[in-house]
Amino acid sequence: MQSNGIKRKALAAAFPHTLPILTGFGFLGVAYGIHMSVSGFPFWYPMLMAMTIYGGSLEFVCVSMLLSSFAPLATFLMALLIQARHLFYGIAMLDKYRDLGWKRFYLIFGLVDESFSINCSAEVPMGVDRGWFYFFVTLLNQCYWVCAATIGGLLGSLITFDTMGLDFVMTAMFVVIFLEQWLKEKQHLSSLIGVIASVLCLMVFGKDSFLVPAMAVILCMLTLCRKPIEKAGDTL
Amino acid sequence: MTLAQQFITIGLCALATMLTRFVPFLLFSGKRTPRFIQYLGQALPGAIFGMLVVYCLKSVNPLVYSHGLPEGLAILVTICLHLWKRQMLLSIAGGTVCYMLLIQLVF
Repeated sequence: MQSNGIKRKALAAAFPHTLPILTGFGFLGVAYGIHMSVSGFPFWYPMLMAMTIYGGSLEFVCVSMLLSSFAPLATFLMALLIQARHLFYGIAMLDKYRDLGWKRFYLIFGLVDESFSINCSAEVPMGVDRGWFYFFVTLLNQCYWVCAATIGGLLGSLITFDTMGLDFVMTAMFVVIFLEQWLKEKQHLSSLIGVIASVLCLMVFGKDSFLVPAMAVILCMLTLCRKPIEKAGDTL
Repeated sequence: MTLAQQFITIGLCALATMLTRFVPFLLFSGKRTPRFIQYLGQALPGAIFGMLVVYCLKSVNPLVYSHGLPEGLAILVTICLHLWKRQMLLSIAGGTVCYMLLIQLVF
C-alpha cells in the first residue's frame, strides 16, 4: 500500500507537467497516423513505430523511407543524424537518471525532446519520489504519442475529403522547427551549411541518393568551420 | 519493399534511436564529454533540420510545371504564420491546409 501511495502521488505530480505535451503530441501524432494511413499503411504501422522508434521527426521521415526503395545504410545513417541530438539529452541527464534502478532503462528509452525538457527543468515537489515522477512523465508522454498515432492511423481510412497534399504536414513541421532553430541561434552558418550542402548534393546526386553524401558533406563542413561557428555563436 | 525490408527499415530506425539515447550513459558516465561532441551538439541541429527541409522538397522540380510555386507559397504562409503567432501547431496546420487548397484548386 505504501508503494501504491508513492506511485499515485508521483503520477498526480507528473500529470499537469505533461498537459502541454498532450496537445502537441495529440495534433502531431494524429497527423502522423493519418499521413501513414493515406500513404497506404494499416493503423498498426504507426502504432508499432510510435512504440518502438518513438521519435516524431524520424517517424515522419521513415514513412518516406518505407515508400522508396530499400536502402538500409542511408536509413540507418539518416536515423542516427536525425536523432543525434538525443546524445546531448543523455549527457544532460546523466546525473539525474543515475541510481534509479530498472526505471533508468525506460527513462533512457523514452528520452524524447518533450520528456527531456520536462524532466530536465521541472522541480520535483517535496515528498514526491523523483524516480517515479520522471517515470510517469515519460510514460504519459509516450502514451499520448502512441494513442494519437494509432487514432490517426484509424481515422485515415474514414476520411472522405480529398487528402491530396496532406503529406505537406511533414514539410511544414520541419520548416517550423528549422525556423525556431534559426530564431534562437546567434550564428546561422551551421543552418546554412545544412541547407546549401543538401541542395548541392541533391543537384549532383539526384533525389534518390543525395542523403548520404549530404550528411558526409555537412559533417565535414561543420568540422572545418568549427572555429568561426564557435566564435560567432552561442556555442559554449 | 517487401514486408521483411519494411521491418528492417523500421528496426534500423529504432536501433539508431536507441543508440543515440543509450550511448551517453554507457560512454560518458563519470567522464567529461569530449569538446568536439559538445560542439556538434550545438552546431548539428540547425544543419540537420535544414537538410530535412530540403529532403521534404526533394521531388520539387522548378523547371517543370508548377515550378515549386505551391510549395514555395505554402512555406511562405507557414513562416509568416509562425513569425506572427509563434504557435507551432497553428503554423503547421495553416501551411498544410494552404498547400492542399493550392494543389487541389489552383495548380
